[in-house]
Amino acid sequence: MSLVSEVQPDLAVASEPGRSKWLKDKGRVFRDLWMGGVLLALIVGFGLYTPAFFSRASWLNTSNTALEVLLVAVGETFVICTAGIDLSVGANLGFSAMVGAWVMSHWFTVGPGNDVGIVVVGIVATLVAAGFIGALNGVLVAWGRIPAFVVTLGTLGIATGFGLLLNNGQEISSIPSSIARVGNLNVLAGWIPVPVAIGAAITIFAGFVLAKTRFGAYTLSIGDSTEAVVRSGINEKKHLFKVYLVAGLLAGVAGLVVMGRLGAASPTSGSTDNLNAIAAVVIGGTSLFGGRGTVLGTVFGTGIIAVLLTGLIVVNVPPFWQEVAVGVVLIAAVYIDSLRTNQGRKRALFAR
Amino acid sequence: MITHEATLLRDEQETVMAQRLAVVDLSKHYGGVHALRNVSLEVHAGEVLGLVGDNGAGKSTLLKILAGAQPPSGGSILLDGEEVTFPTPHAAKEAGIATVYQDLALAGQRDVVSNFFMGREITSKHPLGRVLGWLDKRAMREHTVRELARLGTRIPDVSLAANDLSGGQRQALAIARAAAWTSKVLLLDEPTSALGVEQQAHVLELIKRVKEEGIAVVFISHQMQDVMAVCDRAVVLRLGKVVKTLGPTELTGENLVGYITGAKLSDDDGLTGQAQGGR
Repeated sequence: MSLVSEVQPDLAVASEPGRSKWLKDKGRVFRDLWMGGVLLALIVGFGLYTPAFFSRASWLNTSNTALEVLLVAVGETFVICTAGIDLSVGANLGFSAMVGAWVMSHWFTVGPGNDVGIVVVGIVATLVAAGFIGALNGVLVAWGRIPAFVVTLGTLGIATGFGLLLNNGQEISSIPSSIARVGNLNVLAGWIPVPVAIGAAITIFAGFVLAKTRFGAYTLSIGDSTEAVVRSGINEKKHLFKVYLVAGLLAGVAGLVVMGRLGAASPTSGSTDNLNAIAAVVIGGTSLFGGRGTVLGTVFGTGIIAVLLTGLIVVNVPPFWQEVAVGVVLIAAVYIDSLRTNQGRKRALFAR
Repeated sequence: MITHEATLLRDEQETVMAQRLAVVDLSKHYGGVHALRNVSLEVHAGEVLGLVGDNGAGKSTLLKILAGAQPPSGGSILLDGEEVTFPTPHAAKEAGIATVYQDLALAGQRDVVSNFFMGREITSKHPLGRVLGWLDKRAMREHTVRELARLGTRIPDVSLAANDLSGGQRQALAIARAAAWTSKVLLLDEPTSALGVEQQAHVLELIKRVKEEGIAVVFISHQMQDVMAVCDRAVVLRLGKVVKTLGPTELTGENLVGYITGAKLSDDDGLTGQAQGGR
């Protein structure tokens, strides 16, 4: 009896673990805040340097750049949380958009008039194509037991190749004009592009899924210890499949966004999004070893990359510096993060 | 003499009353190597059975068979008197046999609650919440705190990551988790071997509480002190055979070490007695 009351967990018997918990929680929140702070500093810095950065045109440019990377990066966050990687998402973006555009231009006569039906078919075709690549990744990673790096490097090539084959490497522009109209429609006094609003809704939903649902819990636990998950009776293969499927579908949504912005599908669109997306996820504090990650961190990571990309243009730095800047930020973010986790590990060792 | 007979008689009655898990003539061979030969033993509800023996005696093989990780080559397993087969670890678990291996199978970066509920998460009652698999974290937290307190586990804060717990706390979490989700049998593989003295005592205390819940516990250990401290009986394996079953009165360090090393030889009575006891 006395034993039970003595170990009432809420009374936190030992002060030491209590304090380390406080530090850890603080550290976790601090990590997200810190990246948010870097993003804010970048925005303020560019804005002070040239007020044009705060213009509507600059914001629309930044948010559109960010959206494309963000949608891919949100899916990538789930994949990386399982200790996997998906290198195919960028190629999948271009491929799935090409499939959607090909279906619209080959199965229908695109012309003036009501084209809602054609657009719906095109959207479905894009998502089916994207989902197919995602599902293929999932099957090969989960049941084929082939390393995710190899599988998705393979599907990166396959998706890129088929995207180019569909129209001889050319883009397909004979698609309904309403796609570009919605894709470039800005609401709320012209400050919020419709695709950005849709992307924001998807991102918020995904953030809750990762942090608050069983799906998210399984995703993180698989990345932490597959063995523990398997022994708990969870079908980890089925779950991995779903995660790669979701990453593929989100690449398809990004493909739709790009198609909407350009009014055409290009086989090469998305080819730079892979590395930007992975960089955004990692800058956002998600561990490449799995088990730890948040969508909010990915949002900040994406924001940092997008602001760097447009900000450097606004301040007239030659565009080739963009990639250098992203690379430097990526390495710096991971280095700082490793300092923090190493400290945590040392603390845990001493506690033992 | 009389006491001894009385003990045997009582054992006999308990066998009839609450035999939870029994193994009859169980064998396992890998090619020509016999890991287990006609092993028979039984565990009762609310009893801790020690399983001791030197390396290669067959303890781990027996554990893996009971946990459904390996099929036996011959013999049968009875759970509550009914013959059962476990084609997968999941089947054993479903039948009510939980296993805590030495690696504990905890997700280190996940908190105590997530580990406790892994694969059995409570989702929100709200229809939309159920569709989304929205976790009722509050209910999960309260349940975890309650269960850990009930078993007297010394884990100060259930929102700590498993990696931030001490070795003893991690072991306690793994055992408490297994005990909370099983109703029948708990198999423990060397739960105290990597722990300090004080933490060992906590884990043994926890095992006693699990036993008091009416769960049959099979306790594999190399630590004779722990076997004597927590076990009601102990089965000694040597070279894949049961050489001796030590009852409560015989559970001494001298006997344990003697039969494990072979310094004390098994009398044939011990072997045949086991075989008869099974059937």
